[in-house]
Amino acid sequence: MGIVSVISMWFIPVLIGFILIYGTFKRIPTYESFTEGGKEGIKIAVSIIPFLVGMLVAISVFRASGALDFLMGFIRPVLEAIGVPAEIAPLAFIRPISGTAALGLTSDLMATHGPDSFIGRLAATIQGSTDTTFYVLTVYFGAVGIKKMGDALKVGLLADLVGISAAIIVVTLVFGK
Amino acid sequence: MVNLIWVFMFVIGIVFAMFNGTIGAVNEAIFTGAKEAVTLCIGLISILVFWLGMMKIAENAGMLKILAKLFEPIVKRLFPEIPNEHPAMGYVLSNMIANMFGLGNAATPLGIKAMEEMKKLNNGSNEASRSMITFLAINTSSLTLIPTTVIAIRMNYNSANPTDIVGTTLLATMCSTIGAIIIDRYFHYRRSRKKDE
Repeated sequence: MGIVSVISMWFIPVLIGFILIYGTFKRIPTYESFTEGGKEGIKIAVSIIPFLVGMLVAISVFRASGALDFLMGFIRPVLEAIGVPAEIAPLAFIRPISGTAALGLTSDLMATHGPDSFIGRLAATIQGSTDTTFYVLTVYFGAVGIKKMGDALKVGLLADLVGISAAIIVVTLVFGK
Repeated sequence: MVNLIWVFMFVIGIVFAMFNGTIGAVNEAIFTGAKEAVTLCIGLISILVFWLGMMKIAENAGMLKILAKLFEPIVKRLFPEIPNEHPAMGYVLSNMIANMFGLGNAATPLGIKAMEEMKKLNNGSNEASRSMITFLAINTSSLTLIPTTVIAIRMNYNSANPTDIVGTTLLATMCSTIGAIIIDRYFHYRRSRKKDE
């Protein structure tokens, strides 16, 4: 693992250095290109704001009202019946909806059960092997003004289901209960 | 679909709060949720400006084209709508590579550029194209090779071996990505069958 963390640490600075040297070598106006691209960054960040505000407020309201916990009460027995540990159920449900909420739950599970417990490892694997589908769709479609998402949401959520099932199976096989 | 889910979360939340006596918490959630979203976007500005600036240099120097050419044989099969050596391919590839290295912050601006190029390929339509759906399916399934945030949390809680979940994460990620590609294909064929009828 030493090598992996060294690569992670060096990757960004080396990449930046390489781009700058390559650009200079190709006689590109590097600084002007940088500012030109940077301007686009501001435009994009500002244009995402309404999409994220709309989505995050809806999720916060849903969570704060207690409706999310109430819904979990129904979903939990179903998930348990198919072999999802009760402690993991809320995480499996929230992971595609809210990245920060999922991260909060993951660290909460590790604090309660210990990072090296079955639950702790499973939470870590789920957190690492799936992404926040709602956030990804909101940001990417929002930034380029796509209004009709087609099948994207269905595909994303089904893929999350595959990822979470895979995480449960793999962690059970590798670390045992 | 998104419209319905969005309204559903609000309406159910508000109705639920009436019966549950949590209307105070809901009031607070409206403002903290909005604030959180804006803070997130403001936080994104610094990263977006820096990486899009760097990527503009890379683009002008022709690096994205070289990258695209290198990996094209594999990724082309996933995105049959993107023509050879089109800039969209370069952005899609650099987004995937950034994601693999856990550089989520660097990946987002690249992904947005990829979406812009794909929108141009789709004649600027405001409907999601086939390539966009495939691209986002792969993105939402996560491509991370090294889950840095999770490792950091495990260190925080004094794990004996914080990195021992890298292997299981990698296996689960592979399953979810392959799953995403298969599910995406299935929905694509279902769409095209509908069109033929």
